[in-house]
Amino acid sequence: MSEPLLSIRRLTAEFTLQQRGAPDRVARALEDVSFDMLPGQTVGLVGESGCGKTTTLLAAMRLLPANGRITSGEVRYKGKDLLTLSEREMREYRWKEMSIVFQGAMNALNPVMKVGDQIAEAITLHHLMDRQQVEARVIELLELVGIPRSRRDQYPHQYSGGMRQRAMIAMALACKPSLLFADEPTTALDVMIQAQVLELLRHIQQTLGLAIVLVTHDLGVVAEVCDSVVVMYGGKVAECGTADQIYNHAQHPYTQRLLASFPDLERPGMQLASIPGTPPRLTELPSGCRFSPRCDVKLDLCMEVDPPAVKLEEGHVAACHLRRGKEARSA
Amino acid sequence: MGEGSTRFKRSLLEFWRTFRANKLGLLGAFLVMTTVIAAILAPALTPYQPTDIMRDAAGHPLTFASPAVHGPLGTDDAGRDVWTELIYGARISLTVGFLAGFIAMVVGSLFGITAGYYGGGIDNALMRTTDVLLVIPDLPLILVLVATLRQMQLHVSPLVVLIFVIGLLYWTSTARLIRSQVLTIKERQFVARARAIGAGDNYIIRKHILPQIMPLIVANTVLIISTAILVESGLAFLGLGDPTQPSWGTILNFAFDRNAITNGAWWFYLPPGLAIVWVSLGCVLLGNVLEEMLNPRLTGHHLEGGEKMVAVQKQDREHERASA
Repeated sequence: MSEPLLSIRRLTAEFTLQQRGAPDRVARALEDVSFDMLPGQTVGLVGESGCGKTTTLLAAMRLLPANGRITSGEVRYKGKDLLTLSEREMREYRWKEMSIVFQGAMNALNPVMKVGDQIAEAITLHHLMDRQQVEARVIELLELVGIPRSRRDQYPHQYSGGMRQRAMIAMALACKPSLLFADEPTTALDVMIQAQVLELLRHIQQTLGLAIVLVTHDLGVVAEVCDSVVVMYGGKVAECGTADQIYNHAQHPYTQRLLASFPDLERPGMQLASIPGTPPRLTELPSGCRFSPRCDVKLDLCMEVDPPAVKLEEGHVAACHLRRGKEARSA
Repeated sequence: MGEGSTRFKRSLLEFWRTFRANKLGLLGAFLVMTTVIAAILAPALTPYQPTDIMRDAAGHPLTFASPAVHGPLGTDDAGRDVWTELIYGARISLTVGFLAGFIAMVVGSLFGITAGYYGGGIDNALMRTTDVLLVIPDLPLILVLVATLRQMQLHVSPLVVLIFVIGLLYWTSTARLIRSQVLTIKERQFVARARAIGAGDNYIIRKHILPQIMPLIVANTVLIISTAILVESGLAFLGLGDPTQPSWGTILNFAFDRNAITNGAWWFYLPPGLAIVWVSLGCVLLGNVLEEMLNPRLTGHHLEGGEKMVAVQKQDREHERASA
């Protein structure tokens, strides 16, 4: 087995929430998040809103907002722990090695800067090329994502939503990174444009061979494009494994419920299942397993002890008491 | 290179086209420009020096001559040509106004950006300093400062003292305004994106925050220039100007001291007063209109600017034809 490109180990992060007149509260946004990915792989990061998907990406790039803090863990990129680097050293990794497509492309583009200039920005910032080469590269990138070169000098408000998203992707590819974080690249886009953007991501991955972490709510998208899947719940990894392991042999009750709540094209007219309750508040986490208040197969143990991650097969991990004793002996 | 300059020319032209449509802005620009031109061309607009004394046929000084008797604006108590004094005074008033306004802009922007961007303790320290300056009554403070600095025998012109005192006291509103803008801008996602592409603080401030607040800074500077001219006039009227380099305020001071009002010499005190109104009104109009215009978010949205959109499509089509 080859060396993982990105290896996140027991990453824990928290946010301090300040409220006037009340003591500061701490939200444990991530706890013991671990997963690996190989070069050229696509990993899907799924889960409900607020389960820590975006936080995981931001923490990996060390871009948490000012009130966020990584308390422990490792983010190993090509074997180097990014959390031990200085801010200056970290800047060298950003965009040249790993880049990110933010959620909601309109906000991630500077409204008073031409789109082409914003794409060029990343390249010039890292002093990779001279001006003419940068220009050529910008045009090349725009054409790669299907934007005519005449649009180079337009401002973001002159672009359509899909074009902005594609421009963001072009920007993310500017410095030829080996790892791309795509944070819900298809939200707020209509279905046609969603398909285009996903097709684009897949095309880029095949031609440029970069690894992608895809954050999404859409399990259908994950099944289509991802090699492996990480299911998160309440800031923890509930289950992770290959796409086949997750879709056909899901072990964690949360994953099973999540899959059941998506429509099945082969069985039309079937009642859609939903998971009762709401995700836990990160400031008031339940004791024991975080999913236990909503779990219909819970044991008494689940409400007292947080289940450890159990390795079931090669690459398949689930954090559930029900699966203990089924560990792969090979491990 | 050539492409860049034509692009610049085009955006200048576009700027002018929008600007031309705004009557108030045009008026403001007219008021300011006429004053600036008069100040620059002063020697060409009058045959005299501001210190020259007009004499009648018998060689006696022509004192308090009305406009009907002499020149466009008559003479003052010593027989000097008021029109000449006025346009040479414009040089002093404008110089003090522009330089003090510029200093206030630089200091205010530095304070505002630093406080807003870095936040925390730095913000607190800078903003409390601003608060202190903001609550001290301006005029007494300036009077005391100017008088004290004069006593110190600094061997600089009193005008330089005025410029620095005004410039270093009138940046507070700019600082607060800019800080509040920076506070909202730095939380926007494109700043996070800039950080993600590996940009440092200086780069983010220069490339992403400054351009966004530039319209505000420019408009505010024009407004501060008008304040600076008014304050300078007030101080000069109170006798804190430089009598050897009379500004409009100094002329008013002379007129008041030498009983121009009791002598009915309205041509002595009205022109400098109206000139002050003229240029500060011009600055205010211009400042407000500039703020409206320099903000790209307020112009040409693609759903509204029908004409613009058609032009872009035409470009697209031409490009396609060229590449086919």
